[in-house]
Order: sequence, then C-alpha cells, then structure tokens
Amino acid sequence: MKSDVVSPEGFRCDGRRPNELRRFNCDMGTASGGYAGSGADGAAYVEQGNTRCLVLVFGPKEPSMRSAVLHDRATLSVEFNIASFSSGERKTKLRKDKRLLEMASIIKSTFESVILMSSFPRSEITIQIQILQFDGGSLHTAVNATTLALMNAGIPMEDYVVACSAGFGNGHPILDVNYTEEGMDVPVISLGITPRSGKVILLNLESRLHLDEFEKVVTLARDGCTQMHEILDTAVRSSAEALAR
Amino acid sequence: MDTEMGEAEHAMLHFVTPGETVTADTVFMRGHGTYNDGEELVATVAGVVERINKLISVKPLRARFSGEIGDVVVGRISEVTQKRWRVNMGARQDAALLLAAVNLPGGELRRRSESDELQMRQLLSEGDMISAEIQGFFQDGSASLHTRSLKYGKLRSGSLVTVPSSLVKRSKAHFLHYTLSPGLHVDVILGMNGFVWVSKGSKDANKKGDVPNSTQEDADALYANVNEPITNEERMAIARVSNCILAIAKESELITEAFILLVHEASLRIDCKDIVANSKQIIDAAKMSY
Repeated sequence: MKSDVVSPEGFRCDGRRPNELRRFNCDMGTASGGYAGSGADGAAYVEQGNTRCLVLVFGPKEPSMRSAVLHDRATLSVEFNIASFSSGERKTKLRKDKRLLEMASIIKSTFESVILMSSFPRSEITIQIQILQFDGGSLHTAVNATTLALMNAGIPMEDYVVACSAGFGNGHPILDVNYTEEGMDVPVISLGITPRSGKVILLNLESRLHLDEFEKVVTLARDGCTQMHEILDTAVRSSAEALAR
Repeated sequence: MDTEMGEAEHAMLHFVTPGETVTADTVFMRGHGTYNDGEELVATVAGVVERINKLISVKPLRARFSGEIGDVVVGRISEVTQKRWRVNMGARQDAALLLAAVNLPGGELRRRSESDELQMRQLLSEGDMISAEIQGFFQDGSASLHTRSLKYGKLRSGSLVTVPSSLVKRSKAHFLHYTLSPGLHVDVILGMNGFVWVSKGSKDANKKGDVPNSTQEDADALYANVNEPITNEERMAIARVSNCILAIAKESELITEAFILLVHEASLRIDCKDIVANSKQIIDAAKMSY
C-alpha cells in the first residue's frame, strides 16, 4: 500500500510538520583555515537535513580562457557535480550529464542577475558546487551554499539569494521536500528569491502541479525562503564574529 | 575606526550583510561595497561599514587584492607578450609589466630597441618570480608595474609563501632583513598582495632595502637564473621563517616585521615541520612576549 505523504496525524515520513524546514547547518571557511588549501577565495559547506553541499568560489581572477573575456563585465562559470558516493547506489558519473549541466546553468543565470558583474570587467568568477550527500533538494541547497560562499569571497551582490523547495502531497503543501518524498510522486517546485525586493529569481518545476494548488505551494516556499534568509543571515554574522574575535 | 565619533557612537564596528540598508539618509555618498536603492544606501558585501566624512563604504572581510599606486608586490610572470609581461599577483586581473618599465642590463638609460623586445624571454620568462611596485592603473582597472629600482626585479634563492592580502599592512618597510644568529641572514619581501618571498639574506645587514651601486655586473646579475649557494642552516632558516609566516596567517594575525621575529623566537623550541600545526600555541607565546 502506498503510504501518505502527510499522515492523518499531520506528520511527514521524517517526522516533520508540513511547514517545517529541515535542520540547517553550515560552515563558512575562514580566511586562513578550513578550505584554504584548495586555493579558493571563498567557500561554504551547507547541510540541509541529509543533503550536504560544498561550494568553492574562485575569483574574480584572470580568465583562464581568452574567449571568456568580456570587456564590460565579469564572466561567471558554474560547475555542478554530484559525488558518486552521494546517494544509496554508487553511480559512475557520465562526463556530460545533461542534468548536471542544466543545474549549473540554472544556478549561473540565477546568480548572474544578482552579482554586480560590471564591477569586474575582463575577469572571471568560478563557482564549483559539489553535492556530497544527496537527500533531495540539491538545487536549493546549492543555491543557499553558493550565496554563502560568494559572500565569503567578498564578491558584491545586490542581495542574498535564498532558495527553498515546496511540494504538494495528498492535500497538503509541504516544505523542503526530501528524497523519500520526491520519490512519492510529489510535484516539487524550487523557489529562489532576493529577500530585500521580494523578487522571485528562480522558479523550477519539473513535474505537473495543478494550478489551483500552485499558489499555495509558492506561498509556502516563499515562507521557507524568508525563514532561510534569517538562518543564513545569522550564520554570516556569527562567522564574522568568530573572525573578529 | 571612525573619523568622527559624533553620530557613530552606537557601534564601533557596524557589520552589514548584502541587501541590508546601511543608511536611509541621502546626505551620504555611495562608496565601495554599496549601491543606491531609491533613497537608501544598501550594502553589497558582508563586511564592516567605514565612513570618511560623507563617503560610506563597506569593506568585506576577505576580498581579492586590489592595490594602490606605490604598493610593493611579489608576482609571477604568467605570459610574455609584445612589449610587456603579464604578471599574476593574485589580483582580479593580471598586471602588466611594460618593457619600458624595467631596468635593462647594460646601463640605466638606453633606448628600447626591437631586439630588446625579441629578447624579453631571456630576461623574464613564464614562471619567474619578481618583486615590483605598482606604477599605475589602466582604464580597465588592471595594474601596471615597474621594477625601475634595483631593489626590485627577479627573485631567487628563496621560497614563496602566500597569505591573505588583508594580513599585510601597508608600511614603510616591505623589504625586511633578519639576522637570526650571527652569520645567518634571511630576507623577507612582504608583498602587499599577500605573496611573501623568503630568501637567503644578503650578508651585509645595512645594505637592506638600499639601492646598491648600479654597476654593469649588478644589472647583469639582476636577471640571472641561478640560485646562490645555500647552506643547510640557511635552508632551515628560510623554511622556519616561511612556516612562521604561515602560522601567523593561520591565526589571522597581522604580518609585521616585529611580529615575524617574535614568532620566530617563540617557534625555536618546536620542530620546523610542526610549526603550522602548533600555530595557536606559538602565536599566543609570541603575543605574550610583546
């Protein structure tokens, strides 16, 4: 028998209420320790539930390829990768996985609109995203981690980009969908907003969702984004405090 | 460090994050790290608000090196092109070292001919380390370097240490000379860009930073590719000073002439290879001896 996404008692399979986020944990590599060995200018490690993501930011630096030089602004390149040990079954990654390329291009276009690219003409910013453990919601975890890593690298942005996912299962909109729920045929949207202006700059839906439910789900995801903004802001401030001490 | 304490008495360190309103007062001017959103001045980086009179800027905690004219930098030649070398100094773009901005062997003043252009790679080729001074900036923000004094030029007989550029403060002396024990000298070039060159010291301590007499041999030696003979003690001393600098950087302390010496002294009872791992202990000990 197919079990319900939300039980009659109002709990989800991992014990959350429909409108609860997963546990969030992050670490921004400090200037000297942490991920300094990688030579990155900024780094962030984020856990949302069991999804774990490491982002390294390089640059703004001299472009590695001549063709990448733009005379009025910086170029952004994004590499998105899911580690082969990240999920239950070990996968050998194909060189050109279309899904990974698509994820990278979504993240690229999201951040291109927020980073002040015109401050760095003729240079290049590289973002490397590595999903270390996969438990659903890799897109929004990656977006949140990238925001932190860019901030860590001191790259100017108009605003935070905070992202969150929401889905719809047996009559309930549910927040921050995990892998098990994704597997229960729950339609999932990933939403990214810039909290200051409240603009939606990322909206991704890969399955069908009834239009009547769409607004409810988007509202819930927005709520999640607002919560996420507070969480990220607290994290940035406490890591700055740790550095100042 | 506020210049005027009047209005900013509430907070010595005003930390803001991107998208946060710094001030809604329209009398202030927009500086680095901020943008105007209507009437409001909004931060673009996570960092500390700095105010100089009416100019408000936000300084990020970490950022790439962006130099100022006159900064001493250490860099690596990344490319040899027509009439200029491209130098990687850890900035947003590679800097340019013009052929016209170097001392050529054989006399200070002479015209740069086409044959000089062809022989550029004999002077400096890809991968060579140099010390230089920022002479100016091009329109696109990339720096132009010069090595016109004999204290600048090709680096050898030493090793490179990279640290965050924010840990190197602008000061009078960037060419440091240490006499660690009688007869044991180590030179350190503290590049403002966070590249630090630690090398075998010149024997003559009072020659430090001074421009030696410009003779033919000096100019030829300027571009030599061979290391001086280095004894084992000197090698160890260079390695120890390098590790001390890394230890200071690991603890996010400022790298200064005096502090390197204190840390070096504090490190002496620890094996050279364990210095970075025991950085906290050493830095604390060095701070105590201030």
